[in-house]
Amino acid sequence: MRSLRHSEKMPIDSSASTPSTVTVILPPALVALFPGSVGQVELTASTVDEMIDALDSRWRGMRDRVCDSTPAIRRHINVFVDGRRATLETRLVPGTDVFILTAMSGG
Amino acid sequence: MVQKLHILVGTRKGVFLVESDARRKSWSLRGPYCEAWPINHVVADPVTGTIYAGGGNEWFGPAVWKSVDRGGSWTHFSEGLAYAPGEQPIKSVWSLAPGNECLYAGVEPAGLFRSDDEGQTWRHISGLQNHPSRPDWQPGGGGLILHSVVPHPHDKSQLWVAISTGGVFHTADGGETWEARNKGTRNDYLPEGQRYPDHGQCVHSLAMAAGMPDRLFQQNHCGMYRSENGGQSWESIEAGLPSTFGFPAAAHPRDPATLYLVPLNGDVLGRYVPGGQTAVWRTRDGGNSWKDLRAGLPQENAFLSVLRQAMATDHLEPAGVYFGTSSGALFASADEGDRWICIAQHLPTITSVETLIVDA
Repeated sequence: MRSLRHSEKMPIDSSASTPSTVTVILPPALVALFPGSVGQVELTASTVDEMIDALDSRWRGMRDRVCDSTPAIRRHINVFVDGRRATLETRLVPGTDVFILTAMSGG
Repeated sequence: MVQKLHILVGTRKGVFLVESDARRKSWSLRGPYCEAWPINHVVADPVTGTIYAGGGNEWFGPAVWKSVDRGGSWTHFSEGLAYAPGEQPIKSVWSLAPGNECLYAGVEPAGLFRSDDEGQTWRHISGLQNHPSRPDWQPGGGGLILHSVVPHPHDKSQLWVAISTGGVFHTADGGETWEARNKGTRNDYLPEGQRYPDHGQCVHSLAMAAGMPDRLFQQNHCGMYRSENGGQSWESIEAGLPSTFGFPAAAHPRDPATLYLVPLNGDVLGRYVPGGQTAVWRTRDGGNSWKDLRAGLPQENAFLSVLRQAMATDHLEPAGVYFGTSSGALFASADEGDRWICIAQHLPTITSVETLIVDA
């Protein structure tokens, strides 16, 4: 099980495909937490896990906002890839649009 | 020197700062800060004036927010604020306490973390989780929370914490090992003959007497207590109070015999001030006797409650006393509790009240 600490990242799974350039769309509530961040960004990653690492490299601490220490995508955060809810292990192909969304929460 | 007083108010929807000068006659309010996150506790480093706010957001998890400019700007941190992979993730930061050259954070599920870089990174004080009582800790109404962190004012190695429900624990070696300190505190929810266990009591708040580190006060779900030996034993000081139930306990900044409480009507009766009449109760003799303070407080149809971290004192002369209600009103007394005024209302549920005094 990998840790969330940035300095303790495990090597990328050797079976992973070649990193892909993907477009990530971030929710406004997340962007508001990171001055200088933007609502849409292009990144290179072959899995959702790598994509979140790439976000964390740009805006330190963003991984902790999207993922918990299980590690897993937070319960009330949804990551959609090709219209389907993704996990950290979900593979990304070139040109994919990845949507990070806050779940409907509260009343 | 002109002094400025900041009341640091944590709420379910962000941080508010309520401010005045040393006269405490007129007040202004700023906020909400911290992106309106649910905040459980706001404290300030009395030396640097840095403000810290601990909380947790259902979307984005736990964090400690920090402002070095009296609330003008805020940054959030959580690096290291996590249990090991596979364990239940931290839901929220519940309590903060500036210690000797560090900052402590109590979290839900109950655990203690420490930052040595002014809140930017954290490390788990795992010794507490290794206490043999850990499997017995159970969530109270607010969750399984570590809600009180009381550092010894002079000895870096000593620290008290309180867990609901787990009890009071003390370390004398900086957190490596811990001892349960609950002797004499009652648990009415256990069978007759078993109501004074080693641990498992539902502590609601813990306060240290000014200048007397061995004198601790404890508002418990089941009674009010004082210890004269750092929690090694406790004696009831609830005689004279209208109820054995309440949440906050706030110590006077200079007089170790003075303490403030807000007793509620009981745990099964609605948990509001008795009779819908608001009163702060003050002792001047260490809990041997109590006086109700009502002047200026709502005395009719006031079905309000005050949460465990929502009362504080200031260091001015005479001492100020402040409390916030779960219905979003903030009350202040500039004369040690004798007279009160409402200085803010219609706020979100107030979870914490602390004070900061700085030179203007």
